[in-house]
Amino acid sequence: MSSLGNILLKEIKELMTPATFLPIIIIALVFGSMGGVIGGIEEEFQEPPTIALINSDNGKFSQIAANVFNQTSDVQFYSSDINDKNEALSNLKEKEGVALLVINQNFSSDIENGKNGTFEIYWVMQGGGILDSLSSSVVESLINFVDTSITKELISRNNGSINTTFVLKPTTRNETTYFKDKELKGISPGEIAGFLSQQSTFIPIIMMMIIIMAGQIVISSMALEKENKTLETLLTLPVKRTSIVAGKIIAAAIVGLILVVIYMFGMSGYLSSTLQLQTSATGASSFDLSLNSIDMILIGVVVFVSLVAALALCMFLGTLAKNFKSAQTLTFPIAVLVIIPMLLTMFKDFDTLPLTIKALLFGIPFSHPMMAPRALLFGDYILVFAGLIYVSIFALIMIFIVVWVFKTDRIVTGTTKFNLNKIFKKKIK
Amino acid sequence: MTAVEVKNLVKNYGDLIAVKGISFDINEGEIFGLIGPNGAGKTTTLRIISTLLTITSGSITVLGIDLKKKPEMIRKIISYLPEDAGAYKNLTGKAYLEFIANFYKQEKEKMVEKGIEIADLGTRINDKVDTYSKGMKRRLLVGRALMTAPKFAILDEPTAGLDVNNAQEIRNIIKNTAKKGTIVLLSSHNMLEVEYLCDRIALIDNGLIVEEGKPLELMNKYNAKNIEEVFIKVVK
Repeated sequence: MSSLGNILLKEIKELMTPATFLPIIIIALVFGSMGGVIGGIEEEFQEPPTIALINSDNGKFSQIAANVFNQTSDVQFYSSDINDKNEALSNLKEKEGVALLVINQNFSSDIENGKNGTFEIYWVMQGGGILDSLSSSVVESLINFVDTSITKELISRNNGSINTTFVLKPTTRNETTYFKDKELKGISPGEIAGFLSQQSTFIPIIMMMIIIMAGQIVISSMALEKENKTLETLLTLPVKRTSIVAGKIIAAAIVGLILVVIYMFGMSGYLSSTLQLQTSATGASSFDLSLNSIDMILIGVVVFVSLVAALALCMFLGTLAKNFKSAQTLTFPIAVLVIIPMLLTMFKDFDTLPLTIKALLFGIPFSHPMMAPRALLFGDYILVFAGLIYVSIFALIMIFIVVWVFKTDRIVTGTTKFNLNKIFKKKIK
Repeated sequence: MTAVEVKNLVKNYGDLIAVKGISFDINEGEIFGLIGPNGAGKTTTLRIISTLLTITSGSITVLGIDLKKKPEMIRKIISYLPEDAGAYKNLTGKAYLEFIANFYKQEKEKMVEKGIEIADLGTRINDKVDTYSKGMKRRLLVGRALMTAPKFAILDEPTAGLDVNNAQEIRNIIKNTAKKGTIVLLSSHNMLEVEYLCDRIALIDNGLIVEEGKPLELMNKYNAKNIEEVFIKVVK
C-alpha cells in the first residue's frame, strides 16, 4: 500500500466512529420528522378551507360573495338567519373549521349606496405556530377575491362618477378571533400569529442557549475532574457521595438561577413592550394579551426546574465522559433535545400537533419552558402545571440516577456497557 | 501487629478478571510495596482499598474496619494518592491544601502548614497550580496526601515521571511519614525504589500475587542481585 493510501485508511478508520455519524443521523431524523409535519400542513393548505356561512342578505353583492365562498370552500354550515351565529360557531369548532362569515342584511344595499359592505368574521384559530395560521390566510385570500369580484361588478356599472377608493375596497371587516378559549375582538389570526411568532422564535432560542451553555459547564466540569484526576482524590476524602452530587448540582443550579434571573430580566422587558396588543382601527374594542406577575413567577419556576433537570441529565452524561474532548460530544444529546422542541414550538402549536409528536414534545423536559409563556398567555394552566410536575419528576429521577452512578465503579471506570446476556440469564433463573 | 488484611480479593470488570483472589497483610508502621508490570492489577487493588472501586468478592479490613460495610469510616483514616493525580488548576497550591483540609475535623491551619512544609514549594505555593511543573504538582499532591496524618496512606506510583532529585525527596518524605506511625501501601514499577523504601513487598502478575516477603529475604531466596531479578525469576 502506498504511503498516501496508508494514511488515508488510518484517517478514515479514525473518523468512521459512531460519534461522527450519530449526530448527523439524529439531525436527519429530526428534520425528516419535521418535514413530515410540514408536509401534512401543506396538504391541509391545499384543501378547501372549512367555513360556516350566514347570509342574511338577498342582494346582488351578497350573492357574489356567497358564490365565491360556496365554490372555493367547504361550507359546513349555511344559514340565512343571523340568530344562528352561536349554532354556526359551535358547529365550526366541532369540525375544526377556520371561520364563520356573516353577511349582514344591509351588505348589498350599503354597497349600492356607496358605503362599504361589512363582513362579520369569527375566526376559530387552532394554534399559534407559524404554520397554524396558514388556513386562515386562505380564507383571507378568498375575501380579497370577493372584493375583486364586487369591484369588477361595480366597474361594469360605471356611470361616469366613480369613487375609486370605495370601488377598489368595497367591503370592510369586523373580526373576532377565538383562540384557546379567548375571544379577541378586532384582531385577525394573522395578527396574533405575527405577534406570537416573535415569541415562538425568540424565547426558544434563548432557552436553547441557556440550557446548552449551563449543560456544557456541568459536563465539562465533570470531564475536567476526570481528566485532571481530581475526582479520584475527591471520592476518597471523608465526604459522602450524596454531598458531592448535591454540591455539584446545587452549584450548577445557582449559576443556572443567575442565568434565569438575567433571562427573566430581559424577557420581562421584551414582553412588556410587545405583549400589549391594542387595536386602534375603527375604534374597535381594545384588549390585551399579557402575563401577570404570577404568570411570570410560574415561567421562572418552569425555567428553573427544567434547568435543574437539564443539569442533572448533563451530570449523568458527564459521568460517562472520559476527558474534556469526549465531553464535547456528550453535549450533543442535550443540543438535540433542545433543538427538537425549539423547531416544533416555532412552527406548530402544541394543541395542533399529531398525538405522537405531542407525546414526544411533552416528554422532552426542555419543551416546557418554551411552551409555558404562550400557554400562560391564553390561560392554559393545565399544560403548564402538568409540565412542571413532569419536569420535577424527571429531575428527581435524574438526580437519583446520578447519585447511584457515583456509588458505583462507573464513576471511575466510565463503563457504560451493560451485559444484557447476564441480565437476561439472571431473569430466567 | 496486622493493621490491614486483604483476603481472597477478586475484582471483575465484566468478563475481565483484573484481580484473581489475592491475599496479603500489612503490619502497623510498615511500608508495603505492591510490585508488578502494567496491567498486573496493582492500581485496581489500590483503588479498591481506597474505596474507589467495589469488591467483587473477598474482604478487606483496615484497623479492624470492614471496607465493604463501612467505606465512609475507611475514608476518614486513609489518604490516597492516585497515579498521575492532579489538583484544581484554577486554585493556588495553598488554596488547594485549604480546600482539602476543610473536609477534616482536625485543626485546619496546622494541617495546611504541614502540607506546605511537605510540598516545600517556597513562595510558589501561592501561585496557581496551573503554573506548576510536573515535579511541583507531585510534591503538592504528596503534601496533600500526607498532611492529614493518615493512619493508612495508599500511594500509587508516588514518584512516577519525576526527576531523580524530586523522586529522592519524595521517597524521604514517605519514609519519614512511616516512621511517625503511618502505614504505607505503595505500588511501583521502580524496583530500586521498592528495595529502598519497602519493609515488605508482594509481587503481582496477571491479577495474582506470585511472591511475598522482605526484599532482602527474596533476593537471597532467588539468589538475585536485586528485586528486578527476583521478579523476572518468579514470573518465569
